[in-house]
Amino acid sequence: MDSVTTITSRTLVMASTNIDTDQIIPARFLTTTTRDGLGKALFADWRYDAEGQPRPDFLLNTPEAVGRSVLVAGRNFGCGSSREHAPWALVDFGFRAVISTEIADIFRSNALKNGLVPVIVDEQAHAWLLEHPGAEVTVDVERCVLSLPDQREVSFPLENFARYCLLNGVDELGFLLSRLPAIEEYEQRERK
Amino acid sequence: MPARTLFEKVWASHEVVAETADTPAILYIDLHLTHEVTSPQAFSVLRERGLPVRRTDRTLATLDHSTPTDRAQLFGEIPIRLESARHQVEALERNAAAFGVELLGLKSERRGIVHIIGPELGVTQPGKTIVCGDSHTSTHGAFGALAFGIGSTEVGHVMATQCLLQRKPKTLAVEVDGRLAPGVGAKDLVLAIIGRLGVSGGTGHVIEYRGPAIEALSMEQRMTVCNMSIEAGARAGMVAPDQTTFDYLQERPRAPQGEAWDAALEAWRALHTEPGARFDRVLELDATEILPMITWGTNPGMVVPVTGVIPASGDAVFHKSLQYMGFEPGQPMAGKPIDVVFVGSCTNARLSDLREVARVLRGRRVDKSVRMLVVPGSQQVKREAEAEGLHQVFIDAGAEWRESGCSMCLGMNGDTVASGRYSVSTSNRNFEGRQGTGARTMLASPLTAAASAVTGRITDPRDLLA
Ligand code: SF4
Repeated sequence: MDSVTTITSRTLVMASTNIDTDQIIPARFLTTTTRDGLGKALFADWRYDAEGQPRPDFLLNTPEAVGRSVLVAGRNFGCGSSREHAPWALVDFGFRAVISTEIADIFRSNALKNGLVPVIVDEQAHAWLLEHPGAEVTVDVERCVLSLPDQREVSFPLENFARYCLLNGVDELGFLLSRLPAIEEYEQRERK
Repeated sequence: MPARTLFEKVWASHEVVAETADTPAILYIDLHLTHEVTSPQAFSVLRERGLPVRRTDRTLATLDHSTPTDRAQLFGEIPIRLESARHQVEALERNAAAFGVELLGLKSERRGIVHIIGPELGVTQPGKTIVCGDSHTSTHGAFGALAFGIGSTEVGHVMATQCLLQRKPKTLAVEVDGRLAPGVGAKDLVLAIIGRLGVSGGTGHVIEYRGPAIEALSMEQRMTVCNMSIEAGARAGMVAPDQTTFDYLQERPRAPQGEAWDAALEAWRALHTEPGARFDRVLELDATEILPMITWGTNPGMVVPVTGVIPASGDAVFHKSLQYMGFEPGQPMAGKPIDVVFVGSCTNARLSDLREVARVLRGRRVDKSVRMLVVPGSQQVKREAEAEGLHQVFIDAGAEWRESGCSMCLGMNGDTVASGRYSVSTSNRNFEGRQGTGARTMLASPLTAAASAVTGRITDPRDLLA
C-alpha cells in the first residue's frame, strides 16, 4: 500500500443516508477475479441508464466530478455487504477519502486496507459540508484533522494503528506475518 | 475476575496478543469459510507473496453465490451459461486444488450456501471464532460462536496466518421477553428488532440475543435472527448455547464424537453471560406484541407489520425510497399486488422454513400473476425436503423447485427480478437493485411469502392459517 499523509481536494457530495455497498457496486460486477478497473462500475445503477449510457444528471457524470478525491456522504455510508469491491471501485475512480457522520464497520475496515481514509465528523461539520458541495478541504492523516476552507479544523477519530499504517504504507499482512512465532505458541498452548 | 459476557469469554480465549492503545488485538480464527466471490483476490495475494494457506484443516470452501440453480448447468451436463460466473467457479476450483483447501464443489452432496452448510456439517460450534468473506457470517453466532464477515484483504490474512487484527467491539444485549404468537416467526422478530434499532443502530457492537423468547427458538430460528444482525449494522450476533444447541449438534458429521463430545459439552456449558455482567447497551422487546412484518422501502429498517401502513411522512431518503418502490406515503401494505415470490437465502432456506411454506401451499395454488421460486439452502436441505415430499407440494402449487445456492437473494447467477417488478422475498436485503436492476423487494417471513404467493397480493399469513 502507498503511504497516505494528506489529501487536498474539492468535495463531491452525495447526501443520501445509508448508501449501501450494493449501490456502490452492484453484485453483477463481483464476478471479477481481480481488483482492478472497478471504477467504471462505481454506482453503476445510479450512473448509467438501462442502455448503459451515462445519465448526464448523476453527480459522477458531471464535469465537476473530474479530479475530485474526497466524497462527502450521508450517515451510515457503506452498510450492507462486506464486498471489498466497494472501496476498490471508489479508489479506482479516484477517491482517497470518504467523509460522513457514520461509516459502517466492515466498509471502514476494508477502506483502510486500501488507503481510502474514512473520516467521521460531527453533525455540525457534516451539515456544513453537505451545504457546501465543492468546498476545498484537506484531510491530514498525521494530525487526524479535516481543514475546511474557512480555516476551521475538525478533528476525526482514527485509531493509532490505522493511522500508523496509512502514514507508513504498512500492510497489515506483513505485520501479522512478523507475529507468526506468537501465533504458533498460541496454537500449541491452546492445542489448536 | 469481574462477571463476563458470552462475547467477552469467546474473545478472551482467542486473543493471541491482547490489544493496546497502539495496536489492535491479534485474534485467532478457528474456522475460515470461503466462497467463489470474495476469495480470488486473496489467493492472488498468497501467490504473489509465495505463501501457503497456513491451516487448510481450518479452511472450508464452497460454491454458492454465483452458481446456477438448474440441474443441467450445476451438474455439468451443459456449461454454466453466465460466462463470468463460470470463470469464478473455475477459479475457486483451481485455487482450492492448488492450495490444498477442501472444496464442497458443484457436484458435492454437501454443497450449499456457506452459512447453511457450516451448521449442517457441525463445523459451526459454540465458542469458536468463525469468519468468512461475507457479511451474513453472523448466522453462526446462533451457536454461541463469535462469527463475523470480513473483506477480501482479511480473507488473505486469515489464509496466511489464521489470525486477524481486530479492535474489540462493544456489546449490545437485545432482551426479548414473552413468546412469539402463532403465525409470527423468527424473521418477523428480527425485522422488528431492526425496525427498532435502525440500520446503523448496531454499528461497532456485537449483539447478544437473550431472554425467554430467544431461548424458546429452535436452532434454525436462532440462525434466522443472528443472520440479520448485520442489517442493524452489528458485526455479529450471538445466542448462548443450551440444550437446544447441543441436541442440534450431536451426531452431526463433523461435530466432536465420543469422549471428545463429552469434553466439548463441558466447555460449551460455561459459555453464557454471567449474572451481573455489563453490556454497553441494552434493548428490550416483548415478543408477544410482534406481528408478521414486511419491508416497504429500500433498507431492512424500513419495515411495518403486514397489517400496517407506510409512514405518512419522512426525509428526502424516505421519499426517494418510496419513489423507487412506486409506493405512496400512508398506504397500507396488505393487498398490494406482487409479481415474484422468492423463498431462499441463508436467512430462510432451511428445512423448517420450507415446511412453513408447504403448510400454506398444501392444497392451494400460486396465483397465476406470480412467479414463485423455491431454492433450498443446501443440497442436504433439498434431499430432506424431497424425502418429506415438500417439493411435490411446491411443484403442485405451481412454484419452481431448484438446486441450492444464493440465487435470487443477490441475482449474481442470472436468477433475477425484472426492473419495476415487485418481489416478496425471504432473503435479507431489500436494497435498490439487490435482486436485479430496478427490482422492488419486500422482505418477509416464509409464511408471509407463501400466503402472498397464493393470493398474488401482500397477505397476512394468519388469514390462511386459520
Ligand atoms: S444467500 Fe444472500 S445473503 Fe446469504 S450468503 Fe448468499 S448472497 Fe449472501
